[in-house]
Amino acid sequence: MREWAEYSVDERGGRVTVSITGPLVVSGIGKLDPELRGFSGSAQFIDISGASRVDTVGAWIVHRFAEEQGAEIIGASEAAEVLLEAVEECSSDADITPPRPYVLGRVAEELGKKVVDFGYGMRRNVGFLGAILIAFLTVIRHPSRFRVKALVRQMELVGVSSLPIIGLMSFLIGIVIAQQGAVQLQQFGAETLTVNLVGRITLRELGVLMTAIMVAGRSGSAFAAQIGTMQLTEEIDAMRTIGVSPMEALVLPRILAAILMMPLLGFYASVVAIVGGAVIGDVMLGIPFWTFLARVQEVVPTYDFYVGMVKAPVFGLIIALSGCYQGMQVKGNAEEVGLRTTMAVVQAIFMVIVLDAFFAVFFTEVGWA
Amino acid sequence: MSDDPMQEAAPDNAALDEAALNDSALELPEGYDNKFPIRIRGLTNAFGDYVVHDALDLDVRQGEILGVVGGSGTGKSVLMRSIIGLQFPREGDIEVFGQNITDAEPDEVIGVRNRWGVLFQGGALFSTLTVAENVQVPLKQFYPELDQTLLDEIARYKTVLTGLPAEAASKFPSELSGGMKKRAGLARALSLDPELLFLDEPTAGLDPIGAAKFDELTRELTDTLGLTVFLITHDLDTLYAICDRVAVLADKKVIAVGTIPELLETDHPWIQEYFNGPRSRAAAKSHEGADDRRKALDKPQAGRA
Repeated sequence: MREWAEYSVDERGGRVTVSITGPLVVSGIGKLDPELRGFSGSAQFIDISGASRVDTVGAWIVHRFAEEQGAEIIGASEAAEVLLEAVEECSSDADITPPRPYVLGRVAEELGKKVVDFGYGMRRNVGFLGAILIAFLTVIRHPSRFRVKALVRQMELVGVSSLPIIGLMSFLIGIVIAQQGAVQLQQFGAETLTVNLVGRITLRELGVLMTAIMVAGRSGSAFAAQIGTMQLTEEIDAMRTIGVSPMEALVLPRILAAILMMPLLGFYASVVAIVGGAVIGDVMLGIPFWTFLARVQEVVPTYDFYVGMVKAPVFGLIIALSGCYQGMQVKGNAEEVGLRTTMAVVQAIFMVIVLDAFFAVFFTEVGWA
Repeated sequence: MSDDPMQEAAPDNAALDEAALNDSALELPEGYDNKFPIRIRGLTNAFGDYVVHDALDLDVRQGEILGVVGGSGTGKSVLMRSIIGLQFPREGDIEVFGQNITDAEPDEVIGVRNRWGVLFQGGALFSTLTVAENVQVPLKQFYPELDQTLLDEIARYKTVLTGLPAEAASKFPSELSGGMKKRAGLARALSLDPELLFLDEPTAGLDPIGAAKFDELTRELTDTLGLTVFLITHDLDTLYAICDRVAVLADKKVIAVGTIPELLETDHPWIQEYFNGPRSRAAAKSHEGADDRRKALDKPQAGRA
């Protein structure tokens, strides 16, 4: 059984002595501490000669109780004496947590911070874009400084390695659109229009949009985490001192890789989605697989393809930009890396969807409806 | 505070730990005479083909500060990680307080974790908690019955005990300097009043004044709290100033253990090079003077820390 320290009160000749027995150590004072706190009455002496073992926590409790009661500690062993002296020297009443302002003040403060941060964030984002442009121009002027290897490596990571997951996702999306679309269109006897639906929506919107979301989750987050960790380990500072520009070495290859790979991935996603739709067409609607594909060629105008391909590199830029920007903003501790990575993904997806809405309106206005 | 995994996990593990406490705190295994808190026999550690330790033996005596030295890559930290159960050795037995560590899984409750404190090289403070909350984590883990008021009091006096200013209790680790982080790490290591303290290069990265102060603090606390200290170090000043014995790691073994004069009598080339190098001689010289002064100071306040 676990042993607990206990106390007993002894009153003799008007003098109250509190005797503490048992292990006066951290594992044994769990019950004694609240009891002593609630001790009513006054004690003149505290006898700890019955304590089997004493550590600093036990000594602290006795010391505190003695202070409260104005009592004298008796019967302490030599070791206990040392501990009592040590804890006595160490008493303090400092705060445990940083002081917190009242709720109203805190809300106002947080809100103000958010607004100011948003403003600065916008400015710095634009500044970051400018820095990238400058780095890009420098690299054009001095092509030998361009890191082809890093670019190829990033293109592999952003593009090639994401082919399986983007393919699977697009195939399933094609199936869902064709199947759900067919159910609705059947009510009007227009199930053959499923071909138009799948072909146009994937090439114009969904192929590129879903790819952008997937790339933001896969690569945008990776950019932020990689660069953020390098920022923490002072690798980026080391680069600067050696004279290597982190913009050219880290940021530019990632941005270019995303810009170059997004159209390819977006087109690939659209094609796979159409194939998925064709499979459903074959199985559910009785449109033969090859006929479905041939019809796509007839009903989808070429500009639908251009709409998707114009948007894709812009989305790539947005994703890589927010990933790299957030990564470069990391400072302090490991927690910040996680925070910035999340921010990079959220910012990227949000911006992509906002821009997609603008693009939709724009292309309809210019007649590519 | 609420987002810290350690604190949320506390109630579950606490029940298990309590069972372990009952067994271990007082009833020691048979044959354990309390003289050697750490006994290592035939320890072999290897990473792939690379053998770090080969049949290494080491005893740590009760109440001593044992300095562990060795060249880079001789496995000082691996040795410490083996003893505290973080590194699973290929062969050999390690007993801490008579309990076999090597039989247990890294996260298993073995009943000795509440009897040792570990100061990792970088402090390893939980970055989302203040210093005081860091100190409270082990207390909450092992003794959930303790009152929050008492926990706060304990955190406060431990903070001051390790030489930090009282106001440091409410600071986050990122707001502390390197030396303060080490002290805060020490406060957490000492939060359970352990009998055994592991220090991994406590003075590395500190300025000489801070390092000397930290050494002094280690010695004081060892004497006050009756600790046994396993201290890994590169710092010759630390060896001369506070270590009772020094264990030398080389050739995959502990090639010698003893006081520095004893070690100087051995003729192993590495030991000779280490203790007779220019830096060592300088440290020895400065220590001789300091030692006399310290003795003179020590006398009147014997028994006090």
